[in-house]
Amino acid sequence: MEALLKVKELRTYFETSDGTLPALDNVSFTVNRGETLGVVGESGCGKSVTALSLMRLVPIPPGRYVSGEIIFEGEDLLKKTDEEMRRIRGKDMAMIFQEPMTSLNPVYTVGDQIAEVFTRHQGLSRREALSRAEAMLAMAGIPDPKRCVTQYPHEMSGGMRQRVMIAMALSCRPKLLIADEPTTALDVTIQAQILEAMRELKRELGMAVMLITHDLGVVAEMADRAIVMYAGKIVEEAPVRDLFHAPLHPYTIGLHECVPRIDKPRGELAVIDGVVPSPLSFPSGCRFHTRCRFAKDICSTEEPTTTVLGEYRKVSCHRAATMVGGGEW
Amino acid sequence: MVSAIAEMANRDGGDRVPSMRVGERPLLEVRELKKYFPIYGGIFRRVVGHVYAVDGVSFEVQKGETFGLVGESGCGKTTVGRTILRLLPATGGEVLFDGEDVLRAGPKDMQRLRRQMQIVFQDPFGSLNPRQTAGEIIGAPLRLHGVTRTKAETDEMVAELLATVKMHPSDAGRYPHEFSGGQRQRIGIARAIGLRPRLIICDEPVSALDVSIQSQVLRLFEELQEKLSLTYIFIAHGLHVVRHISDRVGVMYLGRIVEIGTSEALFKSPMHPYTRALISAIPVPDPDFRSQRIVLQGDVPSPARPPSGCAFHPRCPWADARCSAERPVLTQIDGRLVACHYATA
Repeated sequence: MEALLKVKELRTYFETSDGTLPALDNVSFTVNRGETLGVVGESGCGKSVTALSLMRLVPIPPGRYVSGEIIFEGEDLLKKTDEEMRRIRGKDMAMIFQEPMTSLNPVYTVGDQIAEVFTRHQGLSRREALSRAEAMLAMAGIPDPKRCVTQYPHEMSGGMRQRVMIAMALSCRPKLLIADEPTTALDVTIQAQILEAMRELKRELGMAVMLITHDLGVVAEMADRAIVMYAGKIVEEAPVRDLFHAPLHPYTIGLHECVPRIDKPRGELAVIDGVVPSPLSFPSGCRFHTRCRFAKDICSTEEPTTTVLGEYRKVSCHRAATMVGGGEW
Repeated sequence: MVSAIAEMANRDGGDRVPSMRVGERPLLEVRELKKYFPIYGGIFRRVVGHVYAVDGVSFEVQKGETFGLVGESGCGKTTVGRTILRLLPATGGEVLFDGEDVLRAGPKDMQRLRRQMQIVFQDPFGSLNPRQTAGEIIGAPLRLHGVTRTKAETDEMVAELLATVKMHPSDAGRYPHEFSGGQRQRIGIARAIGLRPRLIICDEPVSALDVSIQSQVLRLFEELQEKLSLTYIFIAHGLHVVRHISDRVGVMYLGRIVEIGTSEALFKSPMHPYTRALISAIPVPDPDFRSQRIVLQGDVPSPARPPSGCAFHPRCPWADARCSAERPVLTQIDGRLVACHYATA
């Protein structure tokens, strides 16, 4: 498989009056052409900062790309000028967000907002652009696209607005779509429609998707591979089947166990104690050790290195490293 | 104090399922509950229509039981909860709490009833004064209802309540913005249990929480239920959460209940076509699982203009002429209540 995006040892920090927040700390991963990479973790783990970093949308200051590379189609995005980034954004990489209402402009019609993508990136006339907008809306599964182009965002339901966002994001047939919790604000039946639409569009356009979500069910359904983030780091990377059938990191294991399963008999719910630590005071050693039921002394003193079990199978955990090596924990 | 509550509770039988004794009067009976919101329009701001938020909802909740109420945004589940507590005036129907008519109770009776029925919101601090400390938030209802008389008494009880929800007594002096979402929810729960209620209406209490925190709070709800012999109405759109915590579940669509059954049976073999679609839409965290997903077309219609007959008929794969003409009523099928002309076991 050919890599479309390679993130290498990326560090994105924020300077605040309380100190430096290492929101992303040495993050490396790959997205291949045409595949869906799931990014899993809870709030404060660094999922959204990852997405914003890739789009170069982290506000600077207070943000700062401290080190690393974001190689997209062979070129380092961190070295691009703002003008070059503007040409890439929306054309080669696009992003959809959790709350479509805040991402749509309330004073322009939906049609005009999508048409802008075509006039800006492809130099089409307004009329041509509007008819293309209508076609995109139809593709995203909007039942009456003709009417939709004339509507304002507030006239539409949440599910319809998310379709509009998808239509807009896909207008230029991006090579990479970054979807940040695209269905979290939606009801399950609407979520099912949106996921279905995303799957179909992905097949049709052959784009790669980076799907950020806290919902393991969505990952199981949509992703080929996944990375699990905790406290600004990637703690585990796995093909989706391994992530579910043979998770290695205690955080991944905990995430699986603490969500009630719809497909299993009801039983007692496991609990991960504590909360995600603040980036101002990440624990020493392994950042998860304060919440880890397997933690030993070494976990609080030494940061685990990444154990590489395969190109897409990695884990950063003392216990996993020991057990993979055939040792006892 | 907590041990006193627990003792009191244990006389009633602490266990979850055995306390649902058959033949006993339900703790809560809701009959044909209706709540319409007027729509004003025209230059004279006259009533030009109604939003039929809750349109004839009936169910019973047994002592010690958790009754889940699920449905998508706008189905009326939150309005049901608020109307039961008279936080919203009902348009019609009846609510009996331990046999006592809640909707027609006078102010004195209502004050007594309110102590026994509490609510936990999605964001308990959303509606509270940000300048109040956690201690004041938890202590206010205690003073108001005369459970405690002096400041010392209140402080002591607040500390015990904080301990009950697994927080530190010193948290009483902190302000809402200093707490995480999970801690805020614990404070909301502490406030709710302070009056030793018998029924707690939990309105999306874990929906805004991260999954690891969600499981902690769910666990707390379960422990408190056992310890304090509580009865819950658990309102949520997260179906896996509702299935986990509920003994029985009611599914709402456009202001009406379409199906009621035990949690186990309803999720295993849903009878109403809407319940089927809803359950099939839940993503299963297993990449090898291939679901027979029923993808519903379109959005939920506006509750201001509910479709004729069965409100689900425009989106229903089974619908025929009868469904658009005749409204199905909840009918007993195999121990389940289903409102569908074509539902079968």
